[in-house]
Amino acid sequence: MLIYTLKRLLQAIPTLLIVITISFFLMRVAPGGPFDGERQLPPEIEANLMAAYHLDEPLPMQYLRYMGNLLQGDFGPSFKYKDFSVTELIMQGFPVSLEIGGLAILLALIVGLPLGIAAAIKRNSTVDYVVMGTALTGIAVPNFVLAPIFALVFGVLLGWLPAGGWNGGALPNLVLPVVALSIQQIAYIARMMRASMIEVLGSHFIRTARAKGLNEGEVLWRHAIRPALLPVMSYLGPAIAGIITGSVVIEQIFGIPGIGRYFVQGALNRDYTLVMGTVVFYGVLIVLMNLIVDLLYSALDPQIRYDD
Amino acid sequence: MTSDTKPYSGEQAQGAPLPAGGPNPPRSPEPEADVAPVGAAPIGESLAKDAWRRLSQNRAAMLSLGLLIAIIVVCIVGPWLLPWGLAEVDWNAFGTGPTLENAHYLGTDANGRDLLTRVLYGGRVSLSVALVASFVSLVIGVLYGAISGYLGGRVDNYMMRFVDIMYSLPFMFLVILLMVVFGRNIFLIYAAIGAVEWLDMARIVRGQTLALKRREFIEAAHALGVRDTKIVTRHLIPNAIGPVIIYVTLTVPKVILLESFLSFLGLGVQEPLTSWGVLISEGVDMMESAPWMLLVPSIFLALTLFCLNFLGDGLRDALDPRTR
Repeated sequence: MLIYTLKRLLQAIPTLLIVITISFFLMRVAPGGPFDGERQLPPEIEANLMAAYHLDEPLPMQYLRYMGNLLQGDFGPSFKYKDFSVTELIMQGFPVSLEIGGLAILLALIVGLPLGIAAAIKRNSTVDYVVMGTALTGIAVPNFVLAPIFALVFGVLLGWLPAGGWNGGALPNLVLPVVALSIQQIAYIARMMRASMIEVLGSHFIRTARAKGLNEGEVLWRHAIRPALLPVMSYLGPAIAGIITGSVVIEQIFGIPGIGRYFVQGALNRDYTLVMGTVVFYGVLIVLMNLIVDLLYSALDPQIRYDD
Repeated sequence: MTSDTKPYSGEQAQGAPLPAGGPNPPRSPEPEADVAPVGAAPIGESLAKDAWRRLSQNRAAMLSLGLLIAIIVVCIVGPWLLPWGLAEVDWNAFGTGPTLENAHYLGTDANGRDLLTRVLYGGRVSLSVALVASFVSLVIGVLYGAISGYLGGRVDNYMMRFVDIMYSLPFMFLVILLMVVFGRNIFLIYAAIGAVEWLDMARIVRGQTLALKRREFIEAAHALGVRDTKIVTRHLIPNAIGPVIIYVTLTVPKVILLESFLSFLGLGVQEPLTSWGVLISEGVDMMESAPWMLLVPSIFLALTLFCLNFLGDGLRDALDPRTR
């Protein structure tokens, strides 16, 4: 297990290297620079700025310098948010993004799993059709449509909840973004849980369990649910990645000061270091999350062992 | 949602056999007499005919198909029939709601441009992106998967390792960067989205190929001295087509979603062109004073995605011999 974990972590290194390299050069190839404002800077000042940030060096040199700093955990200074280092910005934004994303995943599981199980047990009944129909709607209506509609209905028309803003993470401000972020994942999880539950319920060991006289509740709890959870577990990796990307728009719509907003703003402002920082940070996060999901998977499924 | 999510994988386990779990014998001869197994000479009914018969019995799928065709036709023909142009400004109607006056059937936007006209033009863009990008991903994915599965051994190992690495990239971010870098060019959107979405396809096709290449008809082709390239293109790919079709119908809505996502962030197509994502994001800004600007493109988008998903589900049931 330990060896497997180490192996996976080693494998993550080339992946991250590719991500960093691609995004570094993409960013630098982009027309425009971080100091193109509405006001043209005098050439001397611009030259000084460029020199201060080492932007006047040849690209390969800059790349090596960036990599060297990165290895020491230094993401560099932000070009747009003066006086802030990228690390500071990320550390400011991440708790916010984490709170919303974590709650969204939790909500998706809490709501999605029971819905899927119910639909599978009552297969081809009204319950099934209603749940699956709703799930399909959840998949068909993207979160960047849902979020503004939620804000309009619950925030503006009904006035029950704030339509935007963060307010230090107060509960009423959390509700709409978290729900908007989780609906799509609820739909996917419910569909997957239903499919895998139906498959498990049709298998021999369930028939055996029924044959030996267990009641239906025991069959479900003790025998059916755990194996049925496995495919859903393996979906958690992509689900987390989906929540992370989704949060880019959700943060934009609700005006939430998380990392997603920094990324989009940074890309548009040519804030090289900020964009690189967020990409690297998310890259590491996704790799780690996938690893954790795989390890959890092996804990749930005794057939899978990572011994070698 | 997005590119990184692999939403349907759970159900694909039933539908399109995923490669990782080892090739399950795909489409082995069916007991039913009227069904021709893929790979054998058609006896009685071809697979396509059979699939169509089964699909046409699925009311939800047929309704979706009809609606989808209607949306496509309206998007293509509609703009010619409407009196307003894409960027034409009606100086008498800024941000008016749906009305029969002046033929602004679904209202105008804040700049006095007819919303219905813009939604239909936007539909052309969104749907064309969906088609072209799905096609790009189809070509890359099928070729890559077929080659990898057919050659097998070390080459297969390396090629799939590469796919694994690609999987773990935060793709959405790279696509956003691409858009920022190369400007918002529609051809780039085609290519970028297509280049992102081929990974699942490659895995599916590889799994199919691994299962198929041991079959007798491939061996026979070998014995007859058919070249490898020809075996891949003439024998392997046509026989792996079922899961591929299913997966394409599931890719199209993902691509539409991705395009609207990019457009929503202001990274999609550029004025004067528009797409559903652009219109939605304009609608969000005007949501309080002109809610129809948000609702109309959202309904078009959601309806299309809805139909595509239903159709994909129906096709999967129709093409997968195991669901009979």
